[in-house]
Amino acid sequence: MVSLSPSPDRIPSPAVTPEQIETGHSLWHDAWSRLRKNKLAVFGGVTLVVLGLLCGIGPFFTQSYQTQNLDLGATPPSAAHWLGTDTLGRDLFSRILFGGRISILVGLVATFVALAIGVTYGAVSGFFGGKLDAFMMRIVDIMYALPFTIFVILLMVFFGRNIFLLFFAIGAVEWLTMARIVRGQIMTIKKMEYIEAARALGLGKRRIIFRHMIPNILGPIIVYTTLTIPAVMLLEAFLSFLGLGVQPPMSSWGVLIKDGAEKMEEFWWLLVFPGGVFSLTLFSLNFLGDGLRDALDVRSSKD
Amino acid sequence: MLRFTFRRLLQIIPVLWIIITATFFMIRFVPGGPFTAEKAVTPEILRNLEAHYGLDKPLYRQYFDYMGSLLRGDLGPSFKYPNRTVNEIIGDKLPTSLELGFISLAVALVLGITLGTLAAVKRNTWLDYVCSSSAMIGICVPTFVLGPLFVLTFAIHFQWLNASGWYGPSDRILPCLTLGCVYAANIARLTRGGMLEVLNQDYIRTARAKGAGELRVVFKHAMRGGLLPVISFLGPGIAGILTGSFVIETIFQIPGLGREFVNSAFNRDYTLVLGTVILYATLIVVLNLVVDIVQIWLNPKLKFE
Repeated sequence: MVSLSPSPDRIPSPAVTPEQIETGHSLWHDAWSRLRKNKLAVFGGVTLVVLGLLCGIGPFFTQSYQTQNLDLGATPPSAAHWLGTDTLGRDLFSRILFGGRISILVGLVATFVALAIGVTYGAVSGFFGGKLDAFMMRIVDIMYALPFTIFVILLMVFFGRNIFLLFFAIGAVEWLTMARIVRGQIMTIKKMEYIEAARALGLGKRRIIFRHMIPNILGPIIVYTTLTIPAVMLLEAFLSFLGLGVQPPMSSWGVLIKDGAEKMEEFWWLLVFPGGVFSLTLFSLNFLGDGLRDALDVRSSKD
Repeated sequence: MLRFTFRRLLQIIPVLWIIITATFFMIRFVPGGPFTAEKAVTPEILRNLEAHYGLDKPLYRQYFDYMGSLLRGDLGPSFKYPNRTVNEIIGDKLPTSLELGFISLAVALVLGITLGTLAAVKRNTWLDYVCSSSAMIGICVPTFVLGPLFVLTFAIHFQWLNASGWYGPSDRILPCLTLGCVYAANIARLTRGGMLEVLNQDYIRTARAKGAGELRVVFKHAMRGGLLPVISFLGPGIAGILTGSFVIETIFQIPGLGREFVNSAFNRDYTLVLGTVILYATLIVVLNLVVDIVQIWLNPKLKFE
């Protein structure tokens, strides 16, 4: 559970004026200072911001990722092309930035879909409890056992490799854990006085859930969202690697890795750089997620 | 215990039925049939082909026919490989995939438990940091990056092993290591966490106080409880290894069922896709059940939850 009182070592020193004591430290303030002390999480956060900026605005300053230069062909990294060029003479650095846009976009949108489904489902199940809860959680248990990756593959094969379908197919797979976590959290705060008070005031159920309960379990939701993004990006890259995800002329990191793996015998940089950037992103997201989990103290036991 | 097993076994039936039915209708409702790709098929030939495979009957008849033969264990003829049944193809390709899966799982368990236990016992020493950070790297480098990198290093650069194929025992090394590594990393993290929790408990102190040696404490007393998180990970882990084999079999050109499944999906080979999905789903659902039962057997506390 989230600790609401500041821990003893954070009680301000006597030199501080009384007004400042009263302002105290909010939960988010506390979490932020704990997060900043976690070097790996900071490293992850900074890397993500840099990568995000590079992919977001970088392509405006680099050569077009589509500019072909067949005479040039594949060249190793050089001053003109920092990460080399591919077999069609396209600059790999700009291709990685453009691919990153798609990978990050898929990661964010599909995670948002998973978040929306998971939070609503979990909140409804936890709030109403009883038979409905038992039934809804039984469904989640059963779905956990299903081979979803296979279904996503089937969906992508049979219904065209459309990027919007990709968002929803991945989102529809990744919501289960979120639903379980939100349900558990809702169950624990359901009995608290401020919810009783909201009920006594005659607020509607929807308003209680979305205005009063969910804001109070934002901590775990943020943590698991951060940890869902790498899972989603991994699934996208997995599908793209099999040729089922993002289709040319668009490209994503998964597509670049697939191309690189096909040509690595002669042109190692086509595999190593996209693979490296992709792994670095997953690394950063996982470290940031772990750091957030510790900072927001989501798990009660810490080692 | 028996009642629990029996109840869960009964639950498998509707789950599998839903999977089979959903897949069957999903495949039938998509545009394009198995014979649309073939060039220059005259309408008469197309009609003959469809009649031969029973595709001209109404959909519900096809469904009942299929379910009927499925109950007899017959998965039907393949649409793309003339004169071959799906049973034959699966019988041909499955052993390869199972071998790949089992060796990889063994690699994952041995590597993961060893690293995780070492990290927990030598907590906060350099050994722990090495084990924990290599586990993190293992989680973040996906199989489809790790596999080609292994090929690049060990097959192309050093030329110690073959880059692809599935002939001699040495051809097993790279694919199984690639597939096993990711899960070894997960297992190492879970083992470390589980072992740390257990090693702090009173009964471990009691065991130590009674003069049990360190090895005995770790292997006999701590591991039983410490490995519980690993057992519960085995369900998703096995499912992951099965689907992960699609990519591994593509990278290393292994003639297994995973590659066959991806190809059959591209080729719209209805019966082969259905057969493979049913097989994988059954495997995953049944193995999940086994994992659940083992878990409750090891930790009776779970029964009351």
